[in-house]
Order: sequence, then structure tokens, then C-alpha cells
Amino acid sequence: MSTAERDIGARLAFDRGSPGRRGVGVPSWEGERAPLPPAGLLRERLRLPELSQGEIVRYYTALSRLNYGIDSGTYPLGSCTMKYNPKVDDLMAALPGLAEAHPLDDAGRVQGVLRIGCELQEALCSLTGFAAASLAPAAGAQGELAGVLMVKRALADRGDLAARRRILVPDSAHGTNPATAAMAGFTVTQIPTAADGSMDREALERELDGSVAAAMVTMPNTLGLWERGIDEVAELVHAAGAYLYADGANLNAILGRARFGDLGFDVAHVNLHKSFSTPHGGGGPGAGPVLCGEELAPYLPAPVVVAEEGGFRLGRPPRSIGRLQQFHGSYGVLVRAYAYLRSMGLDGLRAVSEHAVLNANYLRALLVEAYDIPYDRGRVLHEVVLAGTRQRREHGVRTYDIAKRLIDHGLHPPTVYFPLIVEEALMIEPTETEPREAVEDFASAMLAIAEEAARDPDLVRSAPVSAPIGRLDEATAARRPDLRWLPAGDD
Amino acid sequence: MELPGGLLYTAEHEWLQIAGDRGTIGITDYAQDQLGDIVYVELPEPGSRLESGAVFGVVESVKTVSDLYAPVSGEVLERNERLEDEPELVNAAPYGEAWMLRLRIEDPAQLESLLSPEAYEELTRQEQNGG
Repeated sequence: MSTAERDIGARLAFDRGSPGRRGVGVPSWEGERAPLPPAGLLRERLRLPELSQGEIVRYYTALSRLNYGIDSGTYPLGSCTMKYNPKVDDLMAALPGLAEAHPLDDAGRVQGVLRIGCELQEALCSLTGFAAASLAPAAGAQGELAGVLMVKRALADRGDLAARRRILVPDSAHGTNPATAAMAGFTVTQIPTAADGSMDREALERELDGSVAAAMVTMPNTLGLWERGIDEVAELVHAAGAYLYADGANLNAILGRARFGDLGFDVAHVNLHKSFSTPHGGGGPGAGPVLCGEELAPYLPAPVVVAEEGGFRLGRPPRSIGRLQQFHGSYGVLVRAYAYLRSMGLDGLRAVSEHAVLNANYLRALLVEAYDIPYDRGRVLHEVVLAGTRQRREHGVRTYDIAKRLIDHGLHPPTVYFPLIVEEALMIEPTETEPREAVEDFASAMLAIAEEAARDPDLVRSAPVSAPIGRLDEATAARRPDLRWLPAGDD
Repeated sequence: MELPGGLLYTAEHEWLQIAGDRGTIGITDYAQDQLGDIVYVELPEPGSRLESGAVFGVVESVKTVSDLYAPVSGEVLERNERLEDEPELVNAAPYGEAWMLRLRIEDPAQLESLLSPEAYEELTRQEQNGG
């Protein structure tokens, strides 16, 4: 690591350079000057970094070399599906005719843009077993909100909303599920997980009555397990007059092999940025299309792409919950998903789920002796949830320490402390794009850390020792956040 | 792990200290240890009513957010205002300075269902071993 890289956290662009230094020469303006705003709105001094072009290039290059992404190594964040995204999909999204299309342009001038939307709707419907889709939601959580608002409107239309105020959510769910239900105005009832890792059926039956609007189920669930008897769950939910919602965050596990519609779900969202090839390590942009059967189709958010005799146009379903944002969704993400689907084909997608599941099971087999596996069925789907409970009990080393130590082994840590029902959880999703050697390397690091925890627990507890920045004081950062940083000398 | 006698406990890791019809509530040493560094505590206003077994507040640590469950029903008489600015007290002194609420206990019969120190210790041992 160069001095510049080690230095990066200590000195920001503001702390570098020298007064008067410039990256580019800007010619002075000889023409007419626009009047300045009133004095009260002006600052005397505006401190900006003053660096030469070479300095700023080195600064950003050093920053970029500290970055860790899927293009640099294994990135096994459980439930996030950080798979390698083929570059051809980025190329397609960057085609000028697509990237530069304007959302207010005439439908007649952007028929190709609309056709991609229409064919993507159809492809997602055929993959999930649903009748209709809207590509409008800009992320998974917005897709969830759309789905639950559709349920709400349907209940209102049948005069049943006043009675149905509860949504059932398993205790293994993503936090967005209860948050979505609450945001849509429902109260949340938590369903416990049984010893086999599926929802506790008796608890579900006890809670299902005329006050329930919907049940939200992640399929497969966050333990990387199939929800057993999901068809019976669907029957119970429907018999109670409620709707069954599928959180499609883990679609990668079942691509081309099982469809939410066939399993009895009424409505679902899928995360295009996860399963269908958009880099999302930086937190966005995403796309969370919402899909449903005939019954809920009139409530889909606008716009949807409609195919007619004369071509494609944007339309609004008759009882639509409305718009989710000003324009039409994260179009670049939709193009990547379309390109990915067209280049993979159904056989390719089946291979995706097969290899994703194979990799997760291989990893499980390599680590089963060294780590506890709660809710163990002997095999998993797309991810495996380990527990650092043995390391904590025997050596005082926690999952947090294990995750930090993985950084010293040159790897990105997995999701930790989720799902909430697993103590000291390490939730690992290798995805289908990791080659066998990468899965083995990750497992070797995990095994080495288990050994280090026994031999030298202090080493693991002080990790990372080789990263440019050691442990951050997360507690102080959360308790006394300093959100408005100023360069030295400013006030 | 510290586990004072003379207190009653819940399976959700709250403790309750009784003085006549008054009770004081906090979370256990085991709970703060499990949660890690606590960064935020949300408690109900004095005058509000707790219902036995229902959620009355939230503790947030650097790694998770956890609900607080009322050991018994009753009216909140006082809450520990210090925790707003000093949530770290919960880590440092869970049975002392980091008490959370004082309340008037409605129904002494509800105390029957709470755990003794020994029963609570057994519960935490099972949790630890069960993984």
C-alpha cells in the first residue's frame, strides 16, 4: 500500500494542496456580468480544495484503489445477491438511443424504449407465474410498498378494509416487510419460526382471521430455506380472506424452477438489481417491479407499458394506486435486466439457480464442522446462515470480530447479525458467479479464522490489522454523530 | 454475568424491582452484553400505560434494534431522562444508573408469572448453549 493510500482517511481533498493552486486554467470572463444575488445570500469566503490536476487525480486514484467490489473479489453479502454483472448489460444500458431517451418524449419517437419495457414485463410475468407487472418501483422496498398498497385498495373496493388492519410477517423477514406494512397503515403481527426454519404453522393458523389483510412471506426465506408447505399456507391465507405477498429478494435461488404465482402468491416484487445484473454495492439505483395475478392487476402502479395494434404506449391501470415517482422508474436498470434475460435465456437462468444453490451447499459442507448452523436441514438453497455462537462461547470471539478478520484475509465480510432470529449470524450468499476456487478460498479464510479464534482470540478481536483503517468507533459515531464536518480553521 | 437477587426477570431480558405497589424496570446485563454498544433508548412518556407483555420501548445498538416488553401492566410514573443523552449507561450499569421506567403496578398477581434470578439464569444458559 502506498503512502497516499494509507494517508487517505487522514487527509481529505480539503486538507491537501495550497492556496491559489489550480487544476485547470479558467479564462476570465469579458462579457456582460449577471447581477449578484442580495448580499445576505452571499458568503465572503467559500473554502474549496485548491489542488493541481495531478494531485487530484492521485487523490481519486488512491481512493478508487481502496474500493472493494464484485469486480475485485468475492462479495458474499447474504440476501443481497452480489453476483458478477456481465459488462454487456452495462453496454446495452449505455446505448445512446436508450440512455438519452427523454421521459417526456412522444411515445411515437421512443417505441424501442417502450418495447423493452413491455417485453421485460412479459418476461418477468412468465418467470414468476403472474399475469401483470409494473416496472415503476425504483427499489425492492418501493415494490413492496406498491404491492401492499394494491392489497389495501383491493380490500377497500370490496368493503373489507375497515375490518382488515393486520399484516402477518414471519420473524425471519427482512426489516422492510414490517416497515412496509406499517407505512401502508397496517399493524404488524409477527409469526415465529419453527425449529425446521419454516413459519410456525400453528401460530399462523391462530393469527389468521377476518382482521388480517395479508401475509408477507420471503421465498425462499432469509435462512436460505424453502418455506415448507407454502401451497397450504396460501390456502389458509386465502380461506381467511387475506392476500399472500411474496418478497422476491431471494429469487436467484429458484429462477426458472419455481414461480410465485404457481405457489399461490397473489402479488410479489422482484429485485432486478440483485437477480438481473445491476451493480448495487453503492446502494443504488435499483428496480423492484411489482407483479400480480388477474385479481390485483387493475391496482398496479402507473405507468405500465401497454402493447396495442399501433405500437407501445404508457398506460394507467383502471384502479391504479397511482405513481410512485415523477417519471417512469429506473430505466437503466430495466435495460440491464432485459439484456441479461435475453442473453441468458431460460436454460441459462436455470443454470443460475442451480449453480447458486450448488455453491451455497458446497460452502455449507466446507464449514459445517467449524461453525454452528441453526435451523439446519442438511442443505440449503442460495445462502447459508452460520452462527458464531461456538466461537463466542468457547473463545469470547464474536461474529463481529470474525467479519472484521475476513477483511485481513482480503475478503468482503458477509451479512452479519441477520436474520434477527439467529444469534451471532453470518449470512453467506456466494452466488452462482463465484468459481469453485473462490468458494474454497472463502471457506479457507473462515476455517483459518475459526482456528485463530481458538489460538489467538485477541488477534481476531483486534481485526482488521492490515486495512488502511482499523476498527471504527461505531458506538460514538451513532451516539454523537458529527454530521457537519468542516475543514480545520473554519467555523 | 451480573444477576442480582431480589429482582424479578422476564424471558425477554427485562428486570423488575418491586417496592410496594411501585416497580422499576430495566434490561439485564445479559441483554446489554448481547446487544453490544447501545446507542439509543426510546421510552414512553410518564402518564402512559404499560400492558403486560406488550412492547413499551426500543433499544438500539450498533448491530441491532430490539423491542422492550413490559413485565407487568401499570402507569408510567417516571422515565430515566439521562438515557436520552447517555445511552451507554445501559452497557455500564444496567441494574443501577440505567434503570428505564418507574411505574405503579396495577395487578400484583402478574408478578407470579415473572422469573426468579435462578430461573432467568437457567434461561440464559439455555440460550447460550442452544446457539
